[in-house]
Formats: sequence, C-alpha cells, structure tokens
Amino acid sequence: MLDSALILELAIMFIKVFVVGSVLFALPIPLTWLERKVAGHIQVRLGPFRVGPHGVLQPLADMIKMLLKEDIVPEKADKWLFRLAPIMTLVPTFTVFVAIPFGDKVRIPFTGREVALYISDMNVAVLYILAISGLGIYGIIFGGWASNSKYALLGGLRSAAQMISYEVAMSFAVIGVVMLSNSLSLVEIVKSQSGGFLHWNFFYLPVGPLWFIIFIIAGFAETNRIPFDMPEDEGSLGAGYHVEYSGMRFAYYMLAEYVAMVTVSVLAVIFFFGGWNPPFNLPFHLTGETAMFVNGGWNAEFLNLLAAVIPLFWFAGKVAVFIYSFMWIRFTLPRYRYDQLMRIGWRVLIPLSMVNILVTGFMRI
Amino acid sequence: MLLNYLPVLLMSGFAAFMAGMILYVSSILSPHHPYREKLTAWECGMEPVGDADTGHFRVHFFIIAILFILFDVETLFLLPWAVVIADKSISLLAYIEMFIFIGVLAVGLVYAWAKGALDWI
Repeated sequence: MLDSALILELAIMFIKVFVVGSVLFALPIPLTWLERKVAGHIQVRLGPFRVGPHGVLQPLADMIKMLLKEDIVPEKADKWLFRLAPIMTLVPTFTVFVAIPFGDKVRIPFTGREVALYISDMNVAVLYILAISGLGIYGIIFGGWASNSKYALLGGLRSAAQMISYEVAMSFAVIGVVMLSNSLSLVEIVKSQSGGFLHWNFFYLPVGPLWFIIFIIAGFAETNRIPFDMPEDEGSLGAGYHVEYSGMRFAYYMLAEYVAMVTVSVLAVIFFFGGWNPPFNLPFHLTGETAMFVNGGWNAEFLNLLAAVIPLFWFAGKVAVFIYSFMWIRFTLPRYRYDQLMRIGWRVLIPLSMVNILVTGFMRI
Repeated sequence: MLLNYLPVLLMSGFAAFMAGMILYVSSILSPHHPYREKLTAWECGMEPVGDADTGHFRVHFFIIAILFILFDVETLFLLPWAVVIADKSISLLAYIEMFIFIGVLAVGLVYAWAKGALDWI
C-alpha cells in the first residue's frame, strides 16, 4: 500500500542516493588535484600550477580532455565485454556506499522529522560490504581478458589473484572488529565505540592495533595502491589490465580506484577510529534544552541541527587523514615484487590473523 | 525490512546510468578514426604475435583461487560466531569449538605451505 509516509520515505531515499552518488562522481576532482600536489611537494617540486590558481582547475582540464578522447576498441578484443568491463568495476564501488553511515540521525528544524545520515542501516552491512566490494574484481579481470592483449591479461590475472588473496586477510580483520563490537551493522559498530578515544577499537589493547595493521595492509592491496600496485606495474606490464583502454572507459577505472581508496579510508575510520564519534567528550552538550535555557527561543531547533552535524566534520576529518596517508605512502614507498606480495598475504597476514582471532576471542570470553 | 535493500538497486542504477550518460556525451564529442595499426593490441610498438585469450596462463592462479574459496568460506563461518562471542552464557564453549575449527584450518594452511602451493617462483 502506498501511503503518504511511505512516499515521503522513498523520496528521502532517492534524494540521499542522488546526493551520495553525485558526491562520489565528483570526488576525484579534488582528489586527483590533491594527489598531484602532494606528489609534487614530497618530491620538492610544485605540482600542477598552470591551470587556475595553484592548478586547482587542472582536474577539470583533464576531465575535458578525457571526454574528447577517442574510445578505441581493439580489433581482436571481445567487444561487448570490453565495453562493459569498466562499468562493472565502477558500479560496485558506488553501491558499497549504500551501507556506509556518515553520521547519526538529524532532526530537521520545525518539522520534528528525523533524517538519518546514512542511506540504509542494514543488519548485515559488514557482509554486504565484503560481498559487493569483491564484485569489482570481475570488471578488472574481464577488462584484462577481453582486451586480448598479453600485458592486459597478465595485469588482470595478477590483480585478481592479489585481490582475492588479500580479501581473506581483510575478512579476518573485519571479523576481529565484529568480535570487539558484537554487531554486523556499521551503525551499531560506530555506536559501540562512543565515549572518548579510549573506547575506539584501535585502542583495544593489545589486539586492536594489530587488527588495524592487518586491515590497512589488506586495504592497500585491495585498492591496488602503491606499495601493492602490481597490476599497474609500468616497469614490467606497460600499464596492466587497462593498457588497451582509452578515453572515458580508462577514466572509469581511475574513478573506481579513487572511490575504492575513499571506501577503505571510510571503513578504517568506522571500524577502528570511532566513525563520527569525537575523540573526547565535550564538557557541555549542545542540545535543544541548553538553547532553551540560554535564550528560550526558536533557535533551539537550529542548535539541535548543529549538534547533529558536528559529528559529520569529525568523520570527514578522520577520513581525510587516511586519504592523505594513502597519498603520502604512495610517494614514499617503492613497489613490492609480485612473489613478495603473495608471501606477505598468505604467509604473514593470514597466520597472523588466525592467531589474533584466538587471542581476541580469549580476551572477549 | 526489504526497504533497507532498495537503495542498493537505486545506487547501482544511478551509477550505471551516469556512466552510460557520460559515455554517450563522450561518444558525441570525441573523434572516431580507427585504422588497422591503432586497433592492434599494444606490445611496445612491435607487431603483436598470437592471441592472448587462448586460456594459457599459469596454473598457480588456479591454486590461489581454490585456496581463496576455502578461506573465504571459513570467514563466513567465523562471522556469526564473532557476533555472539561476548555472550557469557555460550562464550566458553563457542571459543573451544572455534579453537578446534581454526586448528583444523591451520593444519590445512600448513599442508598447502609444505606442498609449495604458496611458493610463487
């Protein structure tokens, strides 16, 4: 039955999906600029500087260039799969964000209606995220396979093997978090870490930092970033799985990589650093009641809104730290060899996380 | 309850639609001048030799895939256990059971290791 409450709920859902999706599509614009600036300054040069002040318009110029490039489909390629593969990588990275909580519920002024700062609070959000982010592998291996080019095929195979190897370590790290928070819902996981930074899962000593290290190493490998960017090893593979791609389809692979980087940063914040919780409790609380006490007036509603929006800034700030460290590490560390990469995944991270599960379990009983 | 999963469909649809729209705009704006050399596979400027999608690849990737299935299914068994481990009424029994389960898996990992399934060279 369609009644007005349901229609309103659906409308809010549509708006949220639209906003989150649009932000994700626009996110590479500041991030590519930032990445190149960080690269420049780490290597003692200026980075992009010509297009706009400090090169801020450079990503827009790049975008226009990508749009105007010819979309080349190689003659021997499996044309249908070749065209489809970048979209198959792109869509799951966006769909993951359906389950990500950015903040708690917010009351809209003067309506008394509460709107949650997440699209959907699934009770199996952890499983959902692991499952959906795993789907991105299909686009990469299909892209490498459909190109019918040796470099692309090798890059695709390496990427698939690397991502599934580290997926196991990442699942173990997520299980560690679930053991500490006793829930599969991301909202519940964040709420279990409220009340100061000592309650964050990272500070559940001694296992918390170890889980975080396993998680972040696996995250770097899952997103194919340096030091684990084997599939794009330009020294030995040309470019890797996207060597035959050009124009917008190439841009989709890059977009998916950036969104995946943001996803891992967001998940690290939610799992280990308390999500939107502030690191310390404020001595006073911004609530409607205090405002009523101060000037007894109508702006209590706005103060309520403010109190609900401040956690968003905590969340964004923590995520920004992780995104910056992704870039920092990219221009600091060299690349591993492929056999070293597989050795770290299977011989170090997996035994380590098995032991860590038993230790964490012992601490929780 | 099912309403929680509707946004999954919406977001997939939105991302796919946007991707398609941008590709359409790009196909209007971009040139299209294919010729034989441009359409060959890229092999550092040499003439490409043979096909790449003949299915000839290292069997080791296959072994890694099988190991992945084993361990990923294991993590699925661990997840519900991890949710209830702090529940005092069953936690000790559950912990002992999982100790045995992980022990069995560790034996499997050691076996794969000893057989050289984890050696890459």
